[in-house]
Amino acid sequence: MIGLTGVAALALSACAQSERGSDSGSGKVGGTLTFGAAGAPKLFDPFYAVDGETFRVARQMFDGLTTFKPGTAEPEGQLAEKWSSSSDGLTWTFNLRKGVKFHDGTEFNAAAVCANFDRWYNQKGAGQSDAVSQYYSDNFGAFAGQAKTSLYKSCAAKDANTAEVVLTSSTSKFPDILGLPAFSMQSPTALKQYDADNVVAEGDSFKFPAYATDHPTGTGPFKFSKYDKANNTVELVRNDDYWGEKTKLDKLVFRIIPDETARKQALQSGDIDGFDFPNAADWESLKKAGFNVQIRPAFNVLYLGIDQKNNPKLQDLKVRQALAYGINRDQLVKSQLPEGAKVASQFIPETVGGYAKDVTEYKYDADKAKALLAEAGASDLTLKFYWPSEVTRPYMPNPKDIFGAISADLQKIGVKFEVTTKPWNGGYLTDVDQHIPDLFLLGWTGDTGSADNWIGTFFGNPENRFNTASSPWGATLAADLKKADAEPDRDKRYKLYEDINKKIMGEYLPAIPISHSPPALVVKSNIKGIVPSPLTDERFATASIG
Amino acid sequence: MPTPTTKKERIDALAESTSDSGVSLAASAWKRLRRSPVFLVGLVIIVLFLVTAVIAPWIAPHDPAARDLIDQVVKARNEIPPAQPGYPLGGDQVGRDFLSRLLVGSQQTLLVGVFATLIGLVGGLILGTLSGALGGWVDSLVMRVVDVMLSIPQLLLAFGIGALFAKPNLFTVILAVSIVQIPVFARLLRGSMLAQRSSDHVLAATALGVKPGPIVFRHMLPNSLGPVIVQSTLVLATSIIDAAALSFLGLGNPDDTVPEWGQMLGNAQTVIDSHPALAFWPAGCIILIALGFTLVGESLRDALDPKNRR
Amino acid sequence: MLRYTVRRLIQLVVVVLVLSLLVFAWLRALPGGPASALLGDRGTEESRAALSAQLGLDQPIFIQYFKFLGRAITGNFGNSTGVQPGDPVVDIFLQRFPATLELSAFAIVLAVIAGIPLGYLAAKRRGGWFDNLSVGASLIGVAVPVFFLAFLLKYLLSTKFGILPSFGRQDGAIEATRVTGFFVLDGILTQEWDAAWDAFRHLVLPAIALATIPFAVIFRITRAAVLEVLNEDYVRTAESKGLLGSVIRRRHVLRNAMLPVVTTIGLQVGALLAGAVLTEKVFAFSGVGEALALGFERRDYPLLQMFIMVAAIVYVLVNLLVDLSYALIDPRIRAR
Repeated sequence: MIGLTGVAALALSACAQSERGSDSGSGKVGGTLTFGAAGAPKLFDPFYAVDGETFRVARQMFDGLTTFKPGTAEPEGQLAEKWSSSSDGLTWTFNLRKGVKFHDGTEFNAAAVCANFDRWYNQKGAGQSDAVSQYYSDNFGAFAGQAKTSLYKSCAAKDANTAEVVLTSSTSKFPDILGLPAFSMQSPTALKQYDADNVVAEGDSFKFPAYATDHPTGTGPFKFSKYDKANNTVELVRNDDYWGEKTKLDKLVFRIIPDETARKQALQSGDIDGFDFPNAADWESLKKAGFNVQIRPAFNVLYLGIDQKNNPKLQDLKVRQALAYGINRDQLVKSQLPEGAKVASQFIPETVGGYAKDVTEYKYDADKAKALLAEAGASDLTLKFYWPSEVTRPYMPNPKDIFGAISADLQKIGVKFEVTTKPWNGGYLTDVDQHIPDLFLLGWTGDTGSADNWIGTFFGNPENRFNTASSPWGATLAADLKKADAEPDRDKRYKLYEDINKKIMGEYLPAIPISHSPPALVVKSNIKGIVPSPLTDERFATASIG
Repeated sequence: MPTPTTKKERIDALAESTSDSGVSLAASAWKRLRRSPVFLVGLVIIVLFLVTAVIAPWIAPHDPAARDLIDQVVKARNEIPPAQPGYPLGGDQVGRDFLSRLLVGSQQTLLVGVFATLIGLVGGLILGTLSGALGGWVDSLVMRVVDVMLSIPQLLLAFGIGALFAKPNLFTVILAVSIVQIPVFARLLRGSMLAQRSSDHVLAATALGVKPGPIVFRHMLPNSLGPVIVQSTLVLATSIIDAAALSFLGLGNPDDTVPEWGQMLGNAQTVIDSHPALAFWPAGCIILIALGFTLVGESLRDALDPKNRR
Repeated sequence: MLRYTVRRLIQLVVVVLVLSLLVFAWLRALPGGPASALLGDRGTEESRAALSAQLGLDQPIFIQYFKFLGRAITGNFGNSTGVQPGDPVVDIFLQRFPATLELSAFAIVLAVIAGIPLGYLAAKRRGGWFDNLSVGASLIGVAVPVFFLAFLLKYLLSTKFGILPSFGRQDGAIEATRVTGFFVLDGILTQEWDAAWDAFRHLVLPAIALATIPFAVIFRITRAAVLEVLNEDYVRTAESKGLLGSVIRRRHVLRNAMLPVVTTIGLQVGALLAGAVLTEKVFAFSGVGEALALGFERRDYPLLQMFIMVAAIVYVLVNLLVDLSYALIDPRIRAR
């Protein structure tokens, strides 16, 4: 049965291919790609999503005004062919692609763009909750009618294919953020028809409207087909009216397999064609078995957080530097992190604009660390060290072993610990935010290539997890970050960020950056055309089964 | 007495069949046990385990927490230190001597088993004694509570309790696997005491004017030892297996500085394909020791059962 | 009899209410909780506080409990926060229950067709090598952690030799029509034989792993019951009368020994539920057990709350049915 449909599809799409001529493809046309996902998507309206599983599916069905160049974090046009901004960085003009239609037949034009912006800005009630529209709140700040100032001011359709968006302040993250799946362009007709904004808080959680659960409508290369909950599969089908190069696949199926070992075995037994985030320990054996382990550029950072609030000794730069010298980060990276992982010299990876080449480095030196501690009168330091259980993150594949390595190193320089472990969502994050630990493990995966998304998030508000407010430089750092973000000129902005990074590593050291660790995805060797993305922004539309 | 099927009936049957074990019964039981191969095999396993646990710190070649072989751990190539001179079983995922961890692991495993059983026993003792000795409304109340607890699948209840702790650690694991044993012991002790209340020596003591307290502690409790010993031996096995299951679900003790077999097995699940030895060794140890306790428990039950004395 | 039933039913209601209150109160007392789970990694202290206020999580616990009860009566037990985020937990349960039922039924069938004949044979040859061997095997069966056995089976029969599928309920490439949610049954009903066969193959390994403990118990009860009956006077009389072995077996031994065995089978429901949590996790078998395992791992409290309560209700109900059938058969129990 499978074979038959495959052949039929092959025959059909062979005709399609001959029309298009032999474009990029070495891969054959047709077939179903089944990709193993670790969790179920929460819903299919990316604007209301906060989780990677939802975004992964959404990326295949939706386009944004901008997107990211495959394999990088650099913005490029998608539904907007090009854009320009006024010199003050406030007014942005987008020239839209012509002849694009949403999956429901609605035409994509400037009015549709503004309808989307207005939809975001005018969320009501439960729609404003951080748990529902977190990406909007994080990036735009406020909704219509709220006391805080929103980044968004207005949107106007200059003509059918020109949209003008006005902001209230200049920021480095614009227009990059428009490439985030949360800000995908969705069909205004479908949004209205299926009551898309009708989110309700109900009991302990939120109830989403039919649009988000059954009728997501974008312009992307795949269309939503069904979510078979009994068999844990999400099925997308090819959009034959796609404006760009149509995908070679007939179907894209996401199969939800929560257990990591089960995902690996499913690949080995041929049940799925690929899956995300294979355990680093398995990369080698997967490669040997002939699978294609695609390593993404590392776009994250793991750091050892230092909270200055409870232990005054930690407000002393020398003590924080001693901790930095006391950790053998080279060994940690080699023994605990996957191929391609690097020791972090600062809080942003090399690919982010504003990366400083010559920052103060902290090469492992236990004696120097001890000396610094003695100098600061902190030789008998006892710290509350927290690490999270039941969690893996691309930047932190195995928190227990990473904690083990760091604590073993620091014990060698004479630091004592009161160790606490808590489940990630069962107390760890809340305790960190409530300033209970002195040391903690945490990290960040970047959304965009703007430095503000990284260090701005960490230190942009002096009342942060590190409590930099208790040091005199905390407020200065926050102000400098704000200034850099608002600088419209790219080169000047990068220079400002470089200076900040140097100061962070040399004079402030609010936390200790540990490593950048690349996540991978693995596919069968006959799957071609998936470009690993630092943002985990892989588009399966370019894939083919060879 | 029909063959017991429900959990309650099994407990009650155990309580009745092995309760009146006076000295002579113990002696005759021992006589039969000595000749039982099942018992002897179980006993040998347990003795070996106990001896290992006691002398582990001295026979372990290395510090089980020291990352001696960390330089041979390369995540990128999934390399774990192989067997080598001085390290006959190689190292674990973070370069600690695997043999030493297995040896020293017996200590915490024993600790889990013994403490889980003790807590279950003491809890059951308090409830069961109250209930069996006092009777009346105390009895009804306690037994209702016990029945409620028995009405939830045991292991599932242990999972539930394990998940409710905000800070999982060794003690919460012990607590989770022991709380579910309390009702079992309570019902067992109550049944045993009820069986004795009408027995001759208790009636005699009451007639002589001995107070209820001394009767319970001097006469009734000692005679309930038989079923308690049988049940405890079996619970030692179950609690070790249950603790491993908790670790497998991520509800175990997250701190692995001091090794424990269930935890070692739980931790090995991600590398079971590439380094099966890391899972097979602790699993083998758990199976062996659980088998040891089960064998001894079952043969004790048979030996103490008067029905088998014909 | 009626009074007995009513009393037990009232007891059930009390059990469920007490249990729900305990679970509810304890879950609310924990740090993190629903707000943390909903906001994920990027939540902040303020956003968590705001969300808690919005969802009424900052109100006194008993008010929250009564609100919860009010919603629960209308069938709304809240939405999952970790396993299938956003889905009503009732829906998740209903979707997944057929899978667990299918698996458990298969496991019980396996345990029965292996346990009863073996138990009978072992009893007949008490003390012989077959008896010793099978008793030994049943003891080892109990000593092996269920999840390890599941791993072992998967490693050998799937990863190593590729005889059976390693995970899931059905191959994703198979176009199957869903009717009842029982995949094998669906395949038979719709005459999609490939779908039924594939679903069946997916059942084999998890069912074997799940069946070990019930098998050991059924085996031992059968053995004990048959031994008991063999020693009864009527069997001895029948033997001494020179009745044929097969007649004795049919007329006296099996019939009388089956009573406790049948009740035992009913009582394995609890063991199956706990076992399903472990087995379904290993085989990524999307049933109730896997949801529970993930719920524990991801601290999905609304889901755990409902699933544990339903598990308790099911278990108590089965217990009740068993006790009732027992009471019908054995008048001594009714008198108590």
